[in-house]
Amino acid sequence: MTRAPSRAVKLMAIGTLAGLFSGIFGVGGGTVIVPLLVLWMGYGEREATGTSLAAIVFIAAFAAAAQAGYGNVRVLDGVLVGVPAVAGVLVGTRLQQRLQGRTIALLFAIVLVASAVELLVR
Amino acid sequence: MIGAVAIGLAAGVVAGLLGVGGGVLFVPGLVIFIGLTQHQAEATSLLAIIPVALVGAAAQDRYGNVRRGDALRLGLFSVVGAAAGVALANALSGKALQVGFALFMLFVAGQLVRKNVGSGTSGGRKKPSGSRKGV
Repeated sequence: MTRAPSRAVKLMAIGTLAGLFSGIFGVGGGTVIVPLLVLWMGYGEREATGTSLAAIVFIAAFAAAAQAGYGNVRVLDGVLVGVPAVAGVLVGTRLQQRLQGRTIALLFAIVLVASAVELLVR
Repeated sequence: MIGAVAIGLAAGVVAGLLGVGGGVLFVPGLVIFIGLTQHQAEATSLLAIIPVALVGAAAQDRYGNVRRGDALRLGLFSVVGAAAGVALANALSGKALQVGFALFMLFVAGQLVRKNVGSGTSGGRKKPSGSRKGV
């Protein structure tokens, strides 16, 4: 069990790191938040997932606002991607309660590696 | 347009399943299939993430999986890091940012594989090897 003061410090550290990742890479920061909540704060996997998604609402909003200041946000494309993604996330969240997730995680890893290679050779 | 919708659907499912905002798929999707620059893709991804994370969090909350106080603190504490990260991204060239993003994706892929293939069948919490996570 961790004590209250160190919990606040840990949350601050995780939040700052997640914000940094979000700002640099244009992601929500869940890849940083979820493992840190599990490994560092004793969260269960599902609680970490849920709490991370809620935090990301704020994180992405801050980072998007900052990017808008640089004129980089393409609003129409953001809507075209973001709105269907909402339907996807509902399906994904529902499946998460039933599936082990292992196969999906590995398939996702393959997609990531393929995309990374594509970006590197462009 | 169909490409953007397909990217959104796929990334959304992954977001719900794995607890990420979907950005790690939005960004390469927007670059590879829609033709945005790396900077535009990252900025646009952030905008697309907001509704996804919002709906995902609400759904998770119904299952009792959201610790609201912690989530709020994490979110508010992120503001300085987010501003610094965006400033850094815009100080870098598109190519440098793209290479950095590719490495980030490989890191995420490695994390997923390690978690799902590692010593335990269901992501064992203690590794006898004492390997340190480089998170």
